[in-house]
Amino acid sequence: MAEKQRGRASDRLRSGISRRDFLRGSGALAAATALRTATEAAAAPAGAASVVGPGPVPVTLTVNGQTHRLKLEPRVTLLDALRNHLDLTGAKKVCDRGTCGACTVLLDGAPVYACSVLAIDAQGHKIETVEALSPDHPMIQAFVDHDGLQCGFCTPGFVMAAVAFARQNPECSEEDVCRGLSGNICRCGTYVGIREAVVEAARKMRGAANA
Amino acid sequence: MNAFEYASPQTVQEAVELLGPGWQDSAVLAGGTDLLSLMKDGIVSPRRLVNIKRIRGLDRIELIGDVVRIGATVTLEQLLRDATIAARFPSLTQAAAGVTSPQIRNMGTVAGDLCQRPRCWYFRAGFGILATGPDGEPLVPAGDNRYHAIFPEGQAYYVHPSSLAPALIALEATVEIHGPQGTRELPVEELYRIPGSNNERELNLGPREIITAITIPANGVKNATYEVRQRQLLDWPLATASVALRLSGRKVVSARVVLGHVGPRPRRATGAEAVLNGAELNEQRIEAAARAAVQGARPLSRNGYKVQLAQVAVKRALASLA
Amino acid sequence: MLKADFLKTAWPEPGKRIWIGKEVNRIDGVAKASGRAKYTYDINRPNMLWGKFLICPHAHARIKRIDTSQAEAIPGVRKVEIVQGEGSEIVFHGDEIALVVADSEELAVDGVRAIKVEYEVLDHVVDETNLDQIPRGNRRPGGRRRTGNVDEAFASPEVVTIEGQYGIPMITHCCLESHGVVAEWTGDDELTVWISTQNVSGISGQLANALKIPAGNIRTICHFIGGGFGSKFGPDRWGILAAKIARELNRPVKIMLDRDHELLSAGTRPSGFARVKLGVDRKTKKVVAWESTLWGTGGPGGGGTSISVTPYIFTRIPNQRREAYNVRANVGPRRAWRAPNHPQGAALTMTALADAAAALGVDELQFFLNNVDLTDRPDVYTQELLIAADLIEWRKHWHPRGESGSGPLVEGLGISMHTWGGRPHNSQALVHIYPDGSVDVQLGSQDLGTGTRTVIAIVVAETLGLKPEQITVQIGDSRYPPSGASGGSTTVGGVSSSTRRAAVDALEQLFEKVAPSLGVEPTDLVARNGRILSKSKPDLSVSWKRACRTIGMEPITGQGRQPDPEDQPLASQGVGGVQMAHVVVDKDTGVVRIKRFVAVQDCGLIIDLKTAKSQVYGGVIMGIAYALYEECVHDPITGRRLNPNMEFYKLPGIGDVGEIIAHMMVGKVTVTAPDGRKITIDYDEPGVIGLGEPPVISPGAAISNAVANAIGVRVPRLPLTPDRVLAALAGKGGLA
Repeated sequence: MAEKQRGRASDRLRSGISRRDFLRGSGALAAATALRTATEAAAAPAGAASVVGPGPVPVTLTVNGQTHRLKLEPRVTLLDALRNHLDLTGAKKVCDRGTCGACTVLLDGAPVYACSVLAIDAQGHKIETVEALSPDHPMIQAFVDHDGLQCGFCTPGFVMAAVAFARQNPECSEEDVCRGLSGNICRCGTYVGIREAVVEAARKMRGAANA
Repeated sequence: MNAFEYASPQTVQEAVELLGPGWQDSAVLAGGTDLLSLMKDGIVSPRRLVNIKRIRGLDRIELIGDVVRIGATVTLEQLLRDATIAARFPSLTQAAAGVTSPQIRNMGTVAGDLCQRPRCWYFRAGFGILATGPDGEPLVPAGDNRYHAIFPEGQAYYVHPSSLAPALIALEATVEIHGPQGTRELPVEELYRIPGSNNERELNLGPREIITAITIPANGVKNATYEVRQRQLLDWPLATASVALRLSGRKVVSARVVLGHVGPRPRRATGAEAVLNGAELNEQRIEAAARAAVQGARPLSRNGYKVQLAQVAVKRALASLA
Repeated sequence: MLKADFLKTAWPEPGKRIWIGKEVNRIDGVAKASGRAKYTYDINRPNMLWGKFLICPHAHARIKRIDTSQAEAIPGVRKVEIVQGEGSEIVFHGDEIALVVADSEELAVDGVRAIKVEYEVLDHVVDETNLDQIPRGNRRPGGRRRTGNVDEAFASPEVVTIEGQYGIPMITHCCLESHGVVAEWTGDDELTVWISTQNVSGISGQLANALKIPAGNIRTICHFIGGGFGSKFGPDRWGILAAKIARELNRPVKIMLDRDHELLSAGTRPSGFARVKLGVDRKTKKVVAWESTLWGTGGPGGGGTSISVTPYIFTRIPNQRREAYNVRANVGPRRAWRAPNHPQGAALTMTALADAAAALGVDELQFFLNNVDLTDRPDVYTQELLIAADLIEWRKHWHPRGESGSGPLVEGLGISMHTWGGRPHNSQALVHIYPDGSVDVQLGSQDLGTGTRTVIAIVVAETLGLKPEQITVQIGDSRYPPSGASGGSTTVGGVSSSTRRAAVDALEQLFEKVAPSLGVEPTDLVARNGRILSKSKPDLSVSWKRACRTIGMEPITGQGRQPDPEDQPLASQGVGGVQMAHVVVDKDTGVVRIKRFVAVQDCGLIIDLKTAKSQVYGGVIMGIAYALYEECVHDPITGRRLNPNMEFYKLPGIGDVGEIIAHMMVGKVTVTAPDGRKITIDYDEPGVIGLGEPPVISPGAAISNAVANAIGVRVPRLPLTPDRVLAALAGKGGLA
């Protein structure tokens, strides 16, 4: 019985779809059934999306309001592009697997893990890194005032996640901060100061320009 | 991460054409939160990535008649904030909220959540989806299986990591799939399969197919998700339960109960459903349903605790609707 | 130069301190929080190459063959260096096999993937939880100790015997900045290394031997370090290889360990397991006998938890019999981990004591108070226990073990106590006062996040009557006068002593220059609020800036050292601390949450109260991490580490640590002991004592005790994960 089920399942996999599941698509889609290999598709005529790489290709990034034209392999992450190609080292490489938050930057205002975004994919988006913040930004000042940092390696990522959070939650409580910053990890144990800092900075940021 | 080609098509049709016939040829890139990690670890090394985030129309949540249609590249954050979803499908909102990292929610998409690969630490270390040793022997039963399946199937001991799938299955959702031969629909419940070998995948999806949307009938079922997680920090649930009940007063007309993180695919707890169907939703029934939900569990050497956690998840999910 | 010696170096009296003991912001806080601070990982040099290691995927193996030809053929790969060649025996997963140096990080990874290695896989030992099952060859005696007569004590009808087993697993440092280095040659025998290190003044000497160049030609720089916790004292294999290959290729080379490599190879904290038997006098409720078998592993070299810390603190138990074993296992090698051995000692001792209290039906707080005379500092602990009890509201929340109500959510309280040395390390400092009034201070020290820079600035500012932000602190460079490595909580004591002396020396010289212009003796002068004032003629004063104009062309250089045999000590050693945890446990899921955590800590004279408190918060949070989440998981079949990533090597997030109260023992403190005796202690009097280690020692035990109090049974080992809590509730708790 199990044997049989497995057989059916793999048949289905091989053909891509099973008869039963097949639903006739729209005219345009139904017509587009040419089966091509990856190499053939790579040579697709104009009109189809252009395939680039694997070698370096032009990549234009808008970081902190500045336009940067780079040549990068498609596999270069946004984090590596920032750090290794633009020398913007505020975002840190720690886990490099989208877990710790040390590489947090803002993409169109929303915090993301730069280690898990391809640079080529970040084109056309507004990228903000910690370097965009003036050193007297209320969030940075609050982190210092409440000593929400020790070794400091997680801190820029926390600050960026906190800035995005505070812009949305000016009246936040420490409990809200705990929920809003659950995508970042600190090893030194600075959470007590961070909780206080973000609550305070969120209120200050509301009235401030460029916050 | 090995070098690869990259394309960013604007239509589904283009995207499908850009995909190759084998898993090693290409991969669909949406949020990238899982795919890039798999590539960095050398677990998959597709020769081409096809980014689907620039395809127009895939990033919308729409109420069309009595069906809610969620585009494939809708992010978890969009889902979490959507009023239509929150009003009709709190179980989905709760499941999205369980992904506690705002960054992951901003990046991760609903289709990506359904298609992400298992987090089994043997799989991620390169032992294959079935986690086999050098002589083909399964490593999980005699290994460290604290996070593994209590309902293993075949040789599959991993748990499927999707946060949304259990809720979607409880809600009788369907995925819309585009491929070289057109469009097809598949109940989310049938999206998952058990690989017969390390070369097979755990989805009923071909290498040239793309999930484009998820549709859910908005038919007034009461629904909830409960996740047992150790940390508030981004953490994988140890067990989850999603329930959807059609109620008439306190009487359950029909119930769907789905367990997550207990087996290689989200598990319909039909035993629990049978206990609930036609019965009044009270404490005793909930207890009985929770017990029935884990009946037949075959825990491994280190994960017996998950039987209780799954039971508690069912109990608490149901209790929240009582 | 005539060296005057008329100013006292002694710390100012309590009422006269301007900056010392106050809450001062860390002076490098903005640089770090704004991303402007450059860590080793952030150093990009022109023409720089990247190095990546191929690491061994097996716990124990012999290398049969290595083929690097495909890696070498990749354009952009500049060097493939075999680190451990054919025939080598590899004894843990993660050890380095080969290094690829290439034009970019991506190409270096390509190179690593292209290397083919054939291994002969050998038998491994990775599970040390069951002492009796460890192969003989992997089990080494770790000492025996005997005091009094244990058998007689246990045999006495007056003595109640309590037995238990306890464990604390191997964990790792997980420094967020991984280990690594950038090496650049500036001449044939001149090297600059940027290295993530706790030992700025000690790296050059270690590298010089390997590179065969004079140590003085090696400049070590570490302006900022992203965590060390005891794992970053040496140049390591990567430091030496980076320097050698940079010389060979005549290009700067950067090597930063990948996260998995970091977690696997860059240090672990040894595990500790113990079977303990306690004897308590039925009437006096005093511990009279202790018997223990202790074991643990520190990796392939053996080593583990020290027999000298079990029993921990309660060293004066009159009758003791102890034995210890070191287990050699195919797991990552140990390195010092914040407060080496002490967290294990606490986790294996305070738990046993709490179990004894519960077995006797005695309030845990009363039991600890009743037994403090078995420690070396009964008065300190009495004070700290009572203060901590107030802060956690012990009287209000304590209940006998397990009597916590019927619902799934139950609460409990637990206690632990600890000690640490924290002596000052050796240190030299230079304070420069320039004719323009600016001041800088130079030390070959480093700031791990402790607040070292800030402490130095405070000490100079306090001494010179200036503000901390007016002081330029220059550390993190081996060109500055040497200071000790930052380990064992020795830094703040060391650098504050040398800095104080250097600042006093500089001020004396300034006074000598200024005095004639004011028409007073140098001994008549004081520096305060940015002015130099006459003590005898209160109206007579000059601003700091004007005073400095009298210096002339050359700046004043004040020198200070620690130790200074000609001066009184400014720092000391030996602290106590008490911590209490208030937890909530979900008995249905086994999930433990911290509701409130109180840490009462003494550390001598505090220089910066703000960063001192941060040390305590940080120690507590690292403690919560290993109490609830952290452990290195090894596969019994393959021997591999299964969680060399930050997804399954679990650390707490901001919402997982609860409310934390740090209470510092400062100045004169008077507390009435339970027996009515008034105890007064001046905590400032011994001078400065290091603080980094002590607060991380107790959380494991305090939280374990609180969980036992909540759920009614002991969860025998850390971390207290849902599976273990549920197993204990089901009566199946064990060391696994």
